[in-house]
Amino acid sequence: MRDAFPRGAAAIVGSATFGLGEAPGFSNFDLAAHASIRALAAAGLRPRDVDGLFIVVMDETLAALNFADYLGIQPRFTDNCRTGGSSFQIQASIAALALAAGQCDVALIAYGSNQRSAAGKLISSTSRPSPWESPYRPPRPIAQYALAAARHMHQYGTTKEQLGAVAIAARQWARLNPEAFLRDELTMEGYLSSRMICDPFGARDCCLVTDGAAAAVMVRRERARELCERPAYLLGAAAETTHREMSSMADLTVTGVARAAQRAFAQARVGPADVDVVELYDAFTINTILFLEDMGFCPKGEGGRFVCGGSIAPGGRLPVNTNGGGLSCVHPGMYGLFTIVEAARQIAGSCGERQIPGVDVAIAQGNGGELASEAVLVLGSEATL
Amino acid sequence: MAADTHPEEEFFAFLAEGRFMLQRSRESGRCFFYPRVAEPLSGCTDLEWVEARGRGTVYSTTVVRQKPPTPSYNVALIDLEEGPRLMSRVEGIASEEVRIGMAVKARIIRESDKPLLVFEPA
Repeated sequence: MRDAFPRGAAAIVGSATFGLGEAPGFSNFDLAAHASIRALAAAGLRPRDVDGLFIVVMDETLAALNFADYLGIQPRFTDNCRTGGSSFQIQASIAALALAAGQCDVALIAYGSNQRSAAGKLISSTSRPSPWESPYRPPRPIAQYALAAARHMHQYGTTKEQLGAVAIAARQWARLNPEAFLRDELTMEGYLSSRMICDPFGARDCCLVTDGAAAAVMVRRERARELCERPAYLLGAAAETTHREMSSMADLTVTGVARAAQRAFAQARVGPADVDVVELYDAFTINTILFLEDMGFCPKGEGGRFVCGGSIAPGGRLPVNTNGGGLSCVHPGMYGLFTIVEAARQIAGSCGERQIPGVDVAIAQGNGGELASEAVLVLGSEATL
Repeated sequence: MAADTHPEEEFFAFLAEGRFMLQRSRESGRCFFYPRVAEPLSGCTDLEWVEARGRGTVYSTTVVRQKPPTPSYNVALIDLEEGPRLMSRVEGIASEEVRIGMAVKARIIRESDKPLLVFEPA
C-alpha cells in the first residue's frame, strides 16, 4: 500500500498562542484572530496574504466561512476539518498537500475557544448523544477514557502512581512556561489526594478547562527561510480513524497512534530514537502512557514504568509536553493546535526556560473523540531536509 | 427483514417488549452491535433479529462518583457471548466491586420511563 507524503515540502514559518487561561470578553473568532495576526506577523505577513484557510471551532459548523469573513479574505483553499482535537494535525497535512500542489501559497491554521469564560464548564459538542451510551449517563469524555485506563491497569498492571507521574511531569514543565495556567507544585501526595471523579481518574488526571487560541502559518519550503529564521518543516503526517462509540474500539489499550506514528515516521525517514521532543494530546493522564507506547518509545504495556523516575519531565531522557500540556498549560476544548505550536517553537528555539537544546525532530500529535481519531505530525529543522 | 428497516427503533421496541435482540447477518452468521441497516465491513443487508443469550463478560468498568449523599454508579463495557461489545451498567453489586472479567447476565429494567438493558453478576 502506497502511503506517500511530500516530505519537507512545506514548513511552519510563524506560530502563536493567545488568551491562554482566562480571556473574558472575546468570542472564539476574536481569540483565533488575535493568534492568527500574531502568527502571521512573526512571518512578516498579514491576513491579506492568506489564501489557504484552515479552521475549526467547537460551536460553529461553518467556521471557515465565518473566519474568512472576519479576516476579510476570500481564500482559494478552505478547510473545516472536524475530527475533534486531531483536526489541526490533519489540517496541517492537507495544507502541506495543497501547498505542494500549488493550490495555495500561504496557509493559516487557526483555533480559538472562550469555553471557560463563556460557559464556565466543558462545552458539549455539536454531536448528537449516542443512543447506545447516553442512557447509562457516562460523563463524556472522562468515562470513556477511564474505561481505557481501567483496561490498561488490568492488562499491564499500570498503577495510579504511574498516572500520577504523568500529571507531575506535565506540571513541572508548566512551571517553566509563563503561559501555563497551573504552575503550583504538584506532589504525588497532592495528586493522590485529589477528588475522584470517574475511577481511576481524579481531578488531576484530567485536562484543564480554559480559554485559548493558537495559529500556525505554513508556506512551501522554497520560501520558508525568507520568512523565518528556523522554520519547522513537515516531514511526515498520518492520521487514523478507528471508532466513535467506545464499544467499537477493538482494544482499549491500543490506539490509532500505533499505525499513524508508523506511517508518519516512515514518511519522515526517522524513528523514535531520532525524536528530540514529543508534544502529545494529554486529555487525560492515560493518554500520555498510551501514546508513548503506540509511538514506539517503549513496548506496549510498559508505558507506566516508562513515565516514572522523571524520564518525561524536565531533565529526563525524553521531553514530553514541554509547555505543560493539556493537563497544566491550556485546554480550550480542542488542544491539537497547541502541540503543533509548541513543537514549532522548540524547533525555532523560542521556548526560553523550557527550551530543549538543539531540537531537530519534534512530534506533534492530536487526538479526536475518545481515542477515536489519532494524527501524528513529524516536524523537522532545516538540518533534517 | 427488509433493508429499509429502522434498526434503532426496532431494538428499543423489542426491549420495551422485554426482549434483548441482536442483529445477525445471514451471510456471515455473525452478530454485531450497535444495530444498523447493514453489517459492518461487508455491508450485508440480509439481516435477521435473534434473541441474545444475555450472557457476557465485563471488558472494562468505571465508577462515576457523585456528590454525597448521591450514590456513585457503574458504567461498563460488556463482551457478549455472541461476540459484540456494548456499553451498559452492572447492577446488584456495589459499583466499585465490579471487576474486569466478571461473568454477567442481562436484565431489562425501566428507567426514566424507558426500557433499559443492564447486567448483573451471573
